[in-house]
Amino acid sequence: MPQGTVYGTLLNFQSEVTHWTARMTEAPYKAPPKAPVLYIKPANTWSASGATIPVPARVPEVEVGATIAMVMGAGGVVAGYVLMNDLSVPHTSFFRPPVKFKCLDGFLGVGSQVLPAAEAVDAASFRLEVRLNGALVQTLDFSQLVRPAAQLLADVGEFMTLRTGDVLMLGCDVLPDGRRPLAKAGDRIDISAPGWGTLTNTLMAEAQ
Amino acid sequence: MKHARVTHQGVTHDATEQDGQLLLANGQVVAPDAVTWLPPLQPTPRPRTILALGLNYADHAKELEFKAPEEPLVFLKGEGTLIGHRQFTHRPADVKYMHYECELAVVIGKTARNVRRDDAYDFVGGYTVANDYAIRDYLENWYRPNLRVKNRDTCTPLGPWLVDAADVANPMALALQTTVNGKLTQSGNTRDMIFDVPFLVEYFSSFMTLQPGDLILTGTPDGVVDCQPGDVIVTTIESVGDLINTIEAK
Repeated sequence: MPQGTVYGTLLNFQSEVTHWTARMTEAPYKAPPKAPVLYIKPANTWSASGATIPVPARVPEVEVGATIAMVMGAGGVVAGYVLMNDLSVPHTSFFRPPVKFKCLDGFLGVGSQVLPAAEAVDAASFRLEVRLNGALVQTLDFSQLVRPAAQLLADVGEFMTLRTGDVLMLGCDVLPDGRRPLAKAGDRIDISAPGWGTLTNTLMAEAQ
Repeated sequence: MKHARVTHQGVTHDATEQDGQLLLANGQVVAPDAVTWLPPLQPTPRPRTILALGLNYADHAKELEFKAPEEPLVFLKGEGTLIGHRQFTHRPADVKYMHYECELAVVIGKTARNVRRDDAYDFVGGYTVANDYAIRDYLENWYRPNLRVKNRDTCTPLGPWLVDAADVANPMALALQTTVNGKLTQSGNTRDMIFDVPFLVEYFSSFMTLQPGDLILTGTPDGVVDCQPGDVIVTTIESVGDLINTIEAK
């Protein structure tokens, strides 16, 4: 499990931005974001690979935000990369911080393996597959980031220091229709990429 | 009892207040200006969750030209933004409006999930003072208030003391004030919160488990003003403490 604060990044895949472009100049946003748009997934959201994740009865479906995150070492250097399954209650507005949509207990699957950073490891080469009950529903290509890993780190570092153990997600992509994959209680979500194995979580209806 | 966490001669100590002095856990008594003050919080086994409220006083909501929210406007902060009493907060050279926010900070005392309002105070361990600085130049309408405004290094002083909940008779009736270089600029009372402490514990614990040491910063009233390098900001909450901070150019 992470040793520091886990930060997520919104609107860091080109196709996600494309789907939002028309709305960016409208109220309440009024302008496209200048700085990286971040959010926090606190410790109550963390689920180990293999864990079941409770879904409240009021939430018929959850959005699956498959991604790869940078795990920070000392001095602002990336120590490694980890798979994450950033679940959200579906919401259509990005105006206010998404705490009640993103911070439910268990709503962040965390991969068990950290791929050590090395010169040979280029985040732009990462590819990731998302399966729902065994069926492929999404592939992510991390060469399609708005801010590539190094740029994201630099732009975040302009206003806050990432400390040893902090984690920064590279972003979650959308499907061709602009949405994220949806899953419901009973579904198994597998997120896999070469070098990491598979991050598996099963959703279950929360006990009343 | 008032608890602090300080560094003295290079060693970190738990401490308590004793007749205006600091009683370190090793029995030594030292002056308040002989130590470096840290946030008055014990380390937690997992990273601390820090919840913070926006627009939680009716007058501040009015001041900022927003109608009062129908449900809490909440954002999260990382632990890296916290600093202690008598420390320095950075003001970037090119900004026009950086203001303090004096806030009652609730420290959770035991694991809280689906807590009812009537039981909420059983889950509060204590209180401290937070100064939740904002740099309004960086406000953007994406997850507003965005982290560039609210999660900056050095921009959340906390302290000086963690005061046991048992020593704060009514946390919803505490005078709160801020001075800048000795001049009173902000004055309010926690009774004017839109969403009070029991409501907030019930609300957050309805969808997320709060752990001991987690924080809820409960928002600030009317009266925020720009702060310049060299300004000394004292945020005070009755029965809880006087948190001193100095702005420095960065």
